[in-house]
Amino acid sequence: MSELPTADFRRQLASRKRWGRFFAALCLLATIVGLVVLTILLADVFQKSQSWLDTQFLTSFPSRRPEKAGILSALVGSIWLVGMTAIISFPVGVAAAIYLEEYAPQNWVTSLIQTNLANLAGVPSIVYGLLGLAIFVRALGLGRSLLAGALTMGLLILPTIIIAAREAIRAVPPSLRHASLALGGTRWQTVRGVVLPLAFPGILTGTILALSRAIGETAPLITIGALTYIAFLPDGPMSPFTVLPIQIFNWTSRPQEEFRHLAAAGIVVLLIVLLSANAVAILLRDRLQKRY
Amino acid sequence: MEAQRMETLPASKQMTISPPALTGTAWRRISEGAIAITLFLCAAISILTTLGIVGVLLFETIEFFREVPVLDFLTGLTWTPLFAPAKFGVLPLVAGTGVVSLIAMSLSLPVGLLAGIYLSEYARPNVRRMLKPLLEILAGVPTVVYGYFALTFVTPFLRQSLPDMQVFNALSAGIVMGIMIIPLVSSLSEDALNAVPHSLREAAYGLGATKLEVTLRTVVPAALSGITAAFILAVSRAIGETMIVLIAAGQSTTAQLNPLKAMETMTAYIARVSLGDNPQQSIEFKTIFAVGMLLFLMTFVLNLISQRVLAKYRQVYQ
Repeated sequence: MSELPTADFRRQLASRKRWGRFFAALCLLATIVGLVVLTILLADVFQKSQSWLDTQFLTSFPSRRPEKAGILSALVGSIWLVGMTAIISFPVGVAAAIYLEEYAPQNWVTSLIQTNLANLAGVPSIVYGLLGLAIFVRALGLGRSLLAGALTMGLLILPTIIIAAREAIRAVPPSLRHASLALGGTRWQTVRGVVLPLAFPGILTGTILALSRAIGETAPLITIGALTYIAFLPDGPMSPFTVLPIQIFNWTSRPQEEFRHLAAAGIVVLLIVLLSANAVAILLRDRLQKRY
Repeated sequence: MEAQRMETLPASKQMTISPPALTGTAWRRISEGAIAITLFLCAAISILTTLGIVGVLLFETIEFFREVPVLDFLTGLTWTPLFAPAKFGVLPLVAGTGVVSLIAMSLSLPVGLLAGIYLSEYARPNVRRMLKPLLEILAGVPTVVYGYFALTFVTPFLRQSLPDMQVFNALSAGIVMGIMIIPLVSSLSEDALNAVPHSLREAAYGLGATKLEVTLRTVVPAALSGITAAFILAVSRAIGETMIVLIAAGQSTTAQLNPLKAMETMTAYIARVSLGDNPQQSIEFKTIFAVGMLLFLMTFVLNLISQRVLAKYRQVYQ
């Protein structure tokens, strides 16, 4: 019954395989496109920042004269903002994750919270800015302060922290919980003594990644009215502030060439801050992680 | 030894631990309950956030529609709320958002899908381990950096061959936004392709199909709902992106569709008005909430559709 491959079939097979190789090359190309652009972007930024990025740049306030301008207030503002955002969003996010993983009954409230979290993660960041503007800046009268900014950012990254913390908590084997409960531990004792210590590295990594998103986020802070020109350092939660991305945006939107170079130098500083945050996250994960 | 302990333990427990244990249990029950309630309240903050967003947007939007008819807002072709004569037609902003998103999608959907196919079907494990974190870096670059790149690198580069192009234009912003979204599309489509059972691939190979035929005729169709969900999510991300368009796409007051010219998106308008100092009661202030409401509704509907599509596809293969 079976026929030997004809010459016609062989020719077709060769062509089918040629298409296969062509497609494989195309897929590889598509994967590399993004990386090529990333390389160009980094090379361009580094080249433009050259001779602008020095200690004077790091220790000066912004100025109308580009050769005297620096990024100090934005750098310190970013550190303040991310610290306050962490204080606000970390405990709440972890508590919410514990509730959803360890306490929540299977009912409509729980499924509402879960659906809602997925939707919140997809809300554009500028909409959070509008929320912060109406509630924190105006209704609660916090003004254009660090606190208003940190509360807005906290709400923005809360879904990300909750999702990451839930994954870390879910990765703790149920057998360990059962052991603790069998020894007479209460629910909270089990969570505090068994689940949290084991899930902690994962929670910490997820939180740092979420916070590094907050470091790079600009739009919601523009909406709540973070200032673009600040020539002093913040002295408390109610202080007006600026942050790295906003300072970069401000320099980018000026037409003079010199300010573009300042923006490039600012971008290098921002990328270094982000890179070190990510490195810390990876190091912590590797240091603390245990496998079961 | 074992037997001894078994005998003595219940006795000692009865004698010494029982009385204080009772009050301990009562206290423990109260504190356990308080902890459970606190944890629930923290989880409920997410609901409050949604209610806050919807409430704030709705309140200011209703105020806005007291002064501007809804129909004028949704169908008007001129958007000049900041100078006289003020016109409040949102279509120029919708057109700007549409054009920039369309450009971004026509780049990121095919490239992201092909990259997802490469990572899932072609790449060796060690290559994949190296490429995935690199693509994640691309997704982690702040959007203000992409905006800078669009304005100071991509636009001058494109103007060499397109002299008609304005300094602020939709094309550069769209291209750079597309590059930003590639990792989102590639990682979500890779997940969808990975979820296709191996037996389907093996069946296709058994019938004599080449790798290309297995991939395009068996694996991709089987993962189509996951890929669709990824695409919809990407569109929603493009519509909500602010900084790239604010920096590189410029402003425009009339509805037009030429990507070589300046265009303003809904997000960029909100940001630009916020940069100025408008009093709370002014109509300018209310416009950003009306535009924000429209933006929120668009992304909300897209996210909902994407979740529905995904839920459906999960039922098929499990």
